[in-house]
Amino acid sequence: MATVIFSSELQRLTGEERTEVAAKTYRELLDQVTARYPSLDRQELMGMAVAIDGEIIHDPLLETVRPASEVHFLYRISGG
Amino acid sequence: MSEARDFKYVGTRSIRPDGFDKVTGRANYGADLSLPGMIWAKILRSPHAHAKIKKLDTSRAEAHPGVMAVATFQDFPSVSHEAIEAGEAALDLLDLARNILAKDKVLYDGHAVCAVAARTEAIAEEALALIDVEYEVLPHVMDVRDAMKPDAPVLHDDMFTAGLPEAPTTASNIATRMELKKGDIEAGFAAADLIVEREFYTPTVHQGYIEPHACTVRYTEDGTSMVWCCTQGHFDVRAATARLLKMDLSRLKVIASEIGGGFGAKTTVYLEPVALILSRKTGRPVKMVMDRSEVFRGSGPGSATRSKVKIGVKKDGTFTAMQAKLCYEAGAFKGSPMGPGCMTVFTPYDIENAYVEGYDVVVNKPKVAAYRAPGAPQSEFAAEMVINDIARQLKMDPIELRLKNAAKEGTQTLYGPKLRPVGLIECLEAVRNSEHYKTALKANQGRGLAAGFWFNVGGQSSVTLNMNPDGTATLVEGSPDIGGSRASMQLMAAETLQIPAEKITPIVADTEMLAYNGTTGGSRTTFATGMAVVEAAQDVISQMKERAAAVWNVTAEQVDYADGAAINTAGDGRLTVAEICAGADRTGGQISGRGNINARGAGPSFAVHLADIEIDPETGHSKVLRYTACQDAGKAIHPSYVEGQYQGGAAQGIGWALNEEYIYNKDGILENPGFLDYRIPLASDLPMINAIIVEVPNSFHPFGVRGVGETGIVPPLAAVATAVEEAAGIKVTDLPLSPPRVLKAIQEQSNG
Repeated sequence: MATVIFSSELQRLTGEERTEVAAKTYRELLDQVTARYPSLDRQELMGMAVAIDGEIIHDPLLETVRPASEVHFLYRISGG
Repeated sequence: MSEARDFKYVGTRSIRPDGFDKVTGRANYGADLSLPGMIWAKILRSPHAHAKIKKLDTSRAEAHPGVMAVATFQDFPSVSHEAIEAGEAALDLLDLARNILAKDKVLYDGHAVCAVAARTEAIAEEALALIDVEYEVLPHVMDVRDAMKPDAPVLHDDMFTAGLPEAPTTASNIATRMELKKGDIEAGFAAADLIVEREFYTPTVHQGYIEPHACTVRYTEDGTSMVWCCTQGHFDVRAATARLLKMDLSRLKVIASEIGGGFGAKTTVYLEPVALILSRKTGRPVKMVMDRSEVFRGSGPGSATRSKVKIGVKKDGTFTAMQAKLCYEAGAFKGSPMGPGCMTVFTPYDIENAYVEGYDVVVNKPKVAAYRAPGAPQSEFAAEMVINDIARQLKMDPIELRLKNAAKEGTQTLYGPKLRPVGLIECLEAVRNSEHYKTALKANQGRGLAAGFWFNVGGQSSVTLNMNPDGTATLVEGSPDIGGSRASMQLMAAETLQIPAEKITPIVADTEMLAYNGTTGGSRTTFATGMAVVEAAQDVISQMKERAAAVWNVTAEQVDYADGAAINTAGDGRLTVAEICAGADRTGGQISGRGNINARGAGPSFAVHLADIEIDPETGHSKVLRYTACQDAGKAIHPSYVEGQYQGGAAQGIGWALNEEYIYNKDGILENPGFLDYRIPLASDLPMINAIIVEVPNSFHPFGVRGVGETGIVPPLAAVATAVEEAAGIKVTDLPLSPPRVLKAIQEQSNG
């Protein structure tokens, strides 16, 4: 089971700091998380970057997730 | 890659391919293009910090015989609040339009009101005086602290604070509040033996690029319109301009000129859409060039901040809790770098309990733009100052204190993920081992050390590598070169193809020649475009192996590639790149490789800087005696340009610490819009900055690259300010540490 860890801002919507999902892809993960927490907006989540096992990915839709993966939703980071 | 490798071309100090044009004056910058029939346009700018536009009458200007057209906000096709991906981050389309040409209010001194196109630049300038604007001056607010007060003048009636538990019902200057939490902050402070809390101010600062914003455009009704401009991202200029003017992307070609500095500031649009509107109206090419005053008043500076940082620590130096409140000025429209400021503030440290709250606040100043590691220098300045204060109070060496708490592989960051291998400890150790750190100081001299962190990003890059019949190659990339990146691309292609770097000519192509490329920013180019270059070169190798196989009548699997040649493993035979390319017409046509990627796995970069300052107690002047900038590059593809990035970041950070600030009068009018009164460091102000390159490879890049362009501006603010504290015996709260401010602090200190 991959572990999804929510930021303090998202915890306001989930009421929980983390959850476990049986997902093999990011798309499945998104399906399960938004089904479990209806107050999470799928479109907003898709606009965020994610970190999967420490690797920050801006456009993760096609990413795979391992059973031991740790997944964080992040603000998209730009730079100067 | 995970292990150190030997390279033939990567890591060498080759001659930059764009250098000769630049030193001989042949390079063409934003203002260098003129076209037949071209006319000029100038912008009328607000003389008020905040005012309603009651009447805007352009009739007298339009009646001038030399004036050809006028543009106002009304010339934009209908725009509304909608997010657009047109740069490094999402922009609000209406805010972008209202910043380019004011709608019904002006929101800062210098805000563009309308534009006039005329036969000559002089006539355009003269005609600005013929535009009649009636303003109703409104109360203004210039400081983030004042703007957050409930009774502050509100800039936007339709802006309500996002990020609050309950949706607010009244408009506010606070666009967004965010918070980050980890562990139990109260328990962390309860476990501390010492708690240090301090407040700081950092001013509005300019990125200090020498080349002003400039463009030449030509609108074409039935073909492709053209924009030539100085930008860090011509594909995103195209995206923003096309969206504002409701054009198809394929009908707009944007060409990036050479660029005379950007540092984040040239990642949005100011002039280009206006010039295209005027070109459409007149049927003429239109040129616009900001003067220096317009650059200061009308384009985007770096954000001013007020911050409070509180850190708890045990007697042995272990941090137990870190807390920050970070308030960022966005300028007139929402969108300061508050988010990354919050995310970076404590990242150099492995801390169990942390809490950060951030505010993005509008004030009557120009809308801020990115500035090198946007948001991080301000927040990390505050954190590093408190950490140095702790070292002083605990009588600990500042490097030992940091080593005790340093972030490393596996550290859970406050913003979420665990760090992969990073080089902070290596940087701290390299500085500790430096001769600089071991050198004694004299009277009135002080030393300051600070660490810094920046994420770095990846993103989209598209590259083609066209092989020529003589075995040379043209490397076509779409990332404007703001720091020597063409040389790095050349070296990475050479390393992959195993042919000499000078056989490869890198060019930055326009938006018609390649698929989309993200803006050069976020320290992404050597990392992401470099990966695309490697992919394109590998594509070429694969094709060359097939061609050689055809010549030898073997399968491609029976062909190896090494040292710039295909080798027949099924028999005798070796064909060099030049031989394969010379015969390409007979083996299937010319060879061209492609690399179109959305790069992931950018490696964060840490830096540690060390500054020695001597104070003149009679004048308060700070002299930078010696400076060392150490940073983890992952792998330095071209060490000279990596060192240049470290030195450039340090120089800008030193200026930020010592002299640079936008000075507004009581009416909110900028009083120092020029380089005489806005004092950036000159070569004569700085010693040679010693650059130390640490290399902890980023496993996601074929050569181990991390970005290096931004982190170098993060540590100098605290390194310099701490050195000033040590040298002058004062306590720093506000930047810049200009001579009058330091002198006043010295005098107050001696008066008790």
